Amino acid sequence: MNLYPFAAEMLQILIILAIAPAFVGWVRMLKCWLQGRTTAGLFQPYRDLMKLFAKDVILAENASWIFRFTPYIVFGTATLAGGIIPMLSVDLPLAASADAIVLVALFAIARFFTSLAGMDIGTAFGGMGSSREMTIASLAEPAMLMAIFTVSLAAGSTSLSQIVQVVFSGQSVLRPSLAFAFLAFVLVSLAETGRIPVDNPTTHLELTMIHEAMLLEYSGRHLALFEWAGMMKLTLFMALGAVLFFPWGIGTGSIIASGLAFVFLLLKLAAAGIVLVLIETGLAKMRLFRLTEFLGSAFLMATLGMLSFFILE
Amino acid sequence: MNIAPIELAGAAVILLLGSAVLAMFLSRFQHLLVAVSFSLASVASLVALVAGAWTVSSNIANQAVMAIGLPDLPFHLRLDPLAGFFLTIVGGLSFFVSIYSLGYVKGIIAQRPVTRLVVFYALFLAGMFMVILADDALFFLVAWEVMAAASYFLVLFEDEHLENRRAAFLYMVVAHVGAIAILLSFGVMAGLVTGFEGFHGYTFDAMRQAEYTPAWATAAFLLSFFGFAAKAGVIPLHVWLPEAHPVAPSNVSALMSGVMLKTAIYGIVRVTFDLIHVFPWWWGALVLMLGLISAVLGVLFALMQNDLKRLLAYSSVENIGIVLIGIGLAMIFTSFQLPLLAALALTAGLYHALNHAMFKGLLFMGAGGVLHAAHERNMEKMGGLIHMLPWTSGLFLVGCVSISGLPPFNGFVSEWLTFQAFLLSPSLPSPLMKLLIPMGAALLALTAALSAACFVKAFGVTFLGQWRGQHAPQIHEVNWPMKLGMIMAAVCCLFLGILPTLVIDWMDSVPEHLVGSKISTTAGAFGWMWLTPVARERASYSGPMVFFVILAVIVIAYLILHVKKGSIKRVPLWDCGFEKVTQRMQYTSTSFAMPLRRIFGFFFSIRERVKLDPQAAHRAFPGKMHYALRIRDRFWGWIYKPLVDASFLMSRLVGKLQQGRIQTYLIYSFVTIIFLLMVTR
Amino acid sequence: MNLHIAAQINSFLAALVLLTAFGMLVQKRVYGLIHLFAWQGFFLSLNTAIVGFVADRHHLYISSVLTLSLKVFLLPYILHVLIHRLKIRKEVETIVNIPTTMMIGIALVIFSYHLTAPVRELSNLVTRSTIAVALATVMLGLLMMITRKHAVTQIIGFLALENGLFFAATSATYGMPLVVELGVALDVLIAAFIFGIFFFHINRTFDSLDVEQMARLKEGD
Repeated sequence: MNLYPFAAEMLQILIILAIAPAFVGWVRMLKCWLQGRTTAGLFQPYRDLMKLFAKDVILAENASWIFRFTPYIVFGTATLAGGIIPMLSVDLPLAASADAIVLVALFAIARFFTSLAGMDIGTAFGGMGSSREMTIASLAEPAMLMAIFTVSLAAGSTSLSQIVQVVFSGQSVLRPSLAFAFLAFVLVSLAETGRIPVDNPTTHLELTMIHEAMLLEYSGRHLALFEWAGMMKLTLFMALGAVLFFPWGIGTGSIIASGLAFVFLLLKLAAAGIVLVLIETGLAKMRLFRLTEFLGSAFLMATLGMLSFFILE
Repeated sequence: MNIAPIELAGAAVILLLGSAVLAMFLSRFQHLLVAVSFSLASVASLVALVAGAWTVSSNIANQAVMAIGLPDLPFHLRLDPLAGFFLTIVGGLSFFVSIYSLGYVKGIIAQRPVTRLVVFYALFLAGMFMVILADDALFFLVAWEVMAAASYFLVLFEDEHLENRRAAFLYMVVAHVGAIAILLSFGVMAGLVTGFEGFHGYTFDAMRQAEYTPAWATAAFLLSFFGFAAKAGVIPLHVWLPEAHPVAPSNVSALMSGVMLKTAIYGIVRVTFDLIHVFPWWWGALVLMLGLISAVLGVLFALMQNDLKRLLAYSSVENIGIVLIGIGLAMIFTSFQLPLLAALALTAGLYHALNHAMFKGLLFMGAGGVLHAAHERNMEKMGGLIHMLPWTSGLFLVGCVSISGLPPFNGFVSEWLTFQAFLLSPSLPSPLMKLLIPMGAALLALTAALSAACFVKAFGVTFLGQWRGQHAPQIHEVNWPMKLGMIMAAVCCLFLGILPTLVIDWMDSVPEHLVGSKISTTAGAFGWMWLTPVARERASYSGPMVFFVILAVIVIAYLILHVKKGSIKRVPLWDCGFEKVTQRMQYTSTSFAMPLRRIFGFFFSIRERVKLDPQAAHRAFPGKMHYALRIRDRFWGWIYKPLVDASFLMSRLVGKLQQGRIQTYLIYSFVTIIFLLMVTR
Repeated sequence: MNLHIAAQINSFLAALVLLTAFGMLVQKRVYGLIHLFAWQGFFLSLNTAIVGFVADRHHLYISSVLTLSLKVFLLPYILHVLIHRLKIRKEVETIVNIPTTMMIGIALVIFSYHLTAPVRELSNLVTRSTIAVALATVMLGLLMMITRKHAVTQIIGFLALENGLFFAATSATYGMPLVVELGVALDVLIAAFIFGIFFFHINRTFDSLDVEQMARLKEGD
């Protein structure tokens, strides 16, 4: 039995766990530079996490088991998602256990439980966050799936490894369907990972926060798990975009290829961070009800991608 | 020992009819009555379940003829894989619900005699089993009426409320309009078999072998589809469903939503794939379109509800829509001679029918538990029940996760299969269909996402937070039979989600019979862990892997974090520096749904009224505020109200004939006789 | 350049034209609209040049340059000046809300795909698959004229419609004869001038460029 795929799988999960905070640190650093502030350094998120893990947990009196269980399940789904996306190698054992649709559903589980946790304490903020999160998600998810469907129609498969191989070895360079799907994916990623213009990850202003509102009551290791999972989610979405649309350099089996893939992954993530910061700096946060237009455009892009797959290709 | 499955199924029906008769004698000993007859019902359901599952797995068809019924028109029974599959669904959920009822109905005894409930419950189950077993039009319609009438009386069980009587009446009307359409459809088919001479065309066997001209086939299909769609609650024929399902006792609601709607799905599949079996593509397109509309609108309506059971009822409309999407796709693929894809789509649809029975049954049982414990159906007044009902809340959560289509539970598997069927539509020959059908997948995705929002609301508002009412009542956990019924349904949800390959392998004889192809050879090609519906390169899903990896990560994270025993401090709620946070400040069901209500508002007729107290010193400091919100289904105003008004007008006109004088009536009779004599001269 | 790559570039540019058409449909700001219109002209002229190169039709180069100068520079400039003079600052008002407009737009694309299917079967040109996009661009231009209230957006819709026609000519038959194209270009230019004058008049008469105001001209109110 060839043990190499399992080793690659473990390695990939560990790498994602390890570099996610650094990626967030990188994004924050870029943002500071663009706004003319001094940075806290690339490793500040690690320090934050360590501090939170060391702290005691403070729970509200009426918190139920859902509240305590949710951080673990959010972290668990993020870790599994990290094992599914073929970043270092295309033949990962876990990649076959879940395709692109399952991946979307995994993030949906995390969101489902986070929203429940937001309502568990019974404050107005938690409920508000949950309500808004589910609203945005129910508009973002069709667009996300449409983008994925476009890619999988073009590749003839919903399996991520297969998509990567087909897109990588594809003859055509300029595929309008993929370009549209990519645009849609960028818009949806902003919504799914709670970035500006959909949500502001740094705000704690009562009326503008969405994701943070649900986590308001968390502390200690629970909050650390949430933060870590959130960092992984951001990194994973960027990596997913890189893997689906720019699959250069993903290894096919050997250790050297995987090493090379790792270097490529870092470069792609660095570039993705720059794009993300440019978008975030250039835009302002939208009103909640303007988001229908934003997510509608994402859906439109994805649909145009699917149409141009049939019309133009 | 030689027993055919059909004999087992027949025994189950007889057992149920027997228990209905027995119940009349036991009506003086209510506790004994409940114990005996629900035990009998659960045994009968188990027997039916075994018969159904056995038929499907051994891929056989048994037939029987009973010499009862009308002279010269004996009743025909047949148990083939399709009937077996639905018998399994009905038997399975009835088994869980009957056990649940042992505990649930006991709670009702204190308030009112339950003999009626027990008798009609048994008749209802027997009716459903007979519908599935029937192999001729006559027996089918008799069984269909038994089922409809029994469920009518069950809806009417708490008949002191006007609301319940109205709901039951509406249900009765729609059920009968539907039954007439089904009757006409069978009439058309039976007539065509014999050329409208003689009656021997009434058996399904004769209909199966006949060839229909396209026009007559279409007429028969449209009539039967209308009839079955009315029973299944397909939009726009759904209005009775959210009225009737919530007012029935919860165990009955579970059966009505979970399995009675499935008998209508059974009817659609039976008539199209089995009896008519050659059809043009647009039938499938019609079914697909109505399925999509029902799915999206059903879940949107569900999101707007504040009554827990009404929410669940609307969500049944949504899930029936999803089942119809699978069936519609299967019809389109069949008409273009793509049997493998048709098998995939049909499996997806039927799998969802099975899943829906399990999780909707579970959810209604859970809602029954809440109702039983808190005596409240309005979510706006509930909250925080998770502390008082740990079992019910946990099991209800399983149902919520399953119905929201989240892995590793069962709802996800069938939705995933439906998505795969959608994504295979580019192999259709027509370019326009290639383009349009994947758009349907977007609507299905929207439905799935909205149903997650809907069930976050249902669970979050009911069980989480704090009690929203004035006085928190004394609430106790439900009794053991109720727990047991729910636990079994929840285990089924998990099983169907984690081991879809085994289930698909089992149920593959159904598509094999109907569309002539099966998917288990490819779906299970890589062992029981991997579901690969078409090919490994195309798509794969492994329920067990997803489940165990998430579980492993959770356990590892938990253990690592608990090596160093960090303390957990319980403190009062943080109030953001604001004094006196009360439970009235929580988000309610209405406020949770507000953003979606605003975004999708054009689907509803919404009347929102805010009135400030005029006595306030200044507009900025109102003392009191009155808020009224009314959300209505637009279909009522569009379709039903004109019909109701027209029928009122008609009856008023006809009513003028009523003079009250005996002579006038005699003249009517006299004129009629003269007229008839002239015509039939 | 081989034919395969040319066809790909052609369809990619077609996709971009479609994207700009949709962009104009949902764009709320007037300046944004003009920029999008200029981009559409740019993609169109690029596409024309490439088709000219592939099909070896040299008059298409002239059309391309004409499109570039007229639709990318001159007309947007005129519109800019107009808007500046008329002091239009507000966002463009739409009659139908934007998500609905998008859905109608998608339906129109599907419809035009269905409509052009026979042409696609008969044609053997490299550009045959873009005919549907061209027709869709025409329809989207028309849709934009219907859903917008403002006179300036209506002329942009009209110009986008004309872009679609031009695109259709290029992709269906490798372009119209040069004389016809010159004539059309001149017509468009003159139309733009006439519209400009027309705007000033509407603005002076009604103090607004909202074309709904013109309902006041109806008799017997």
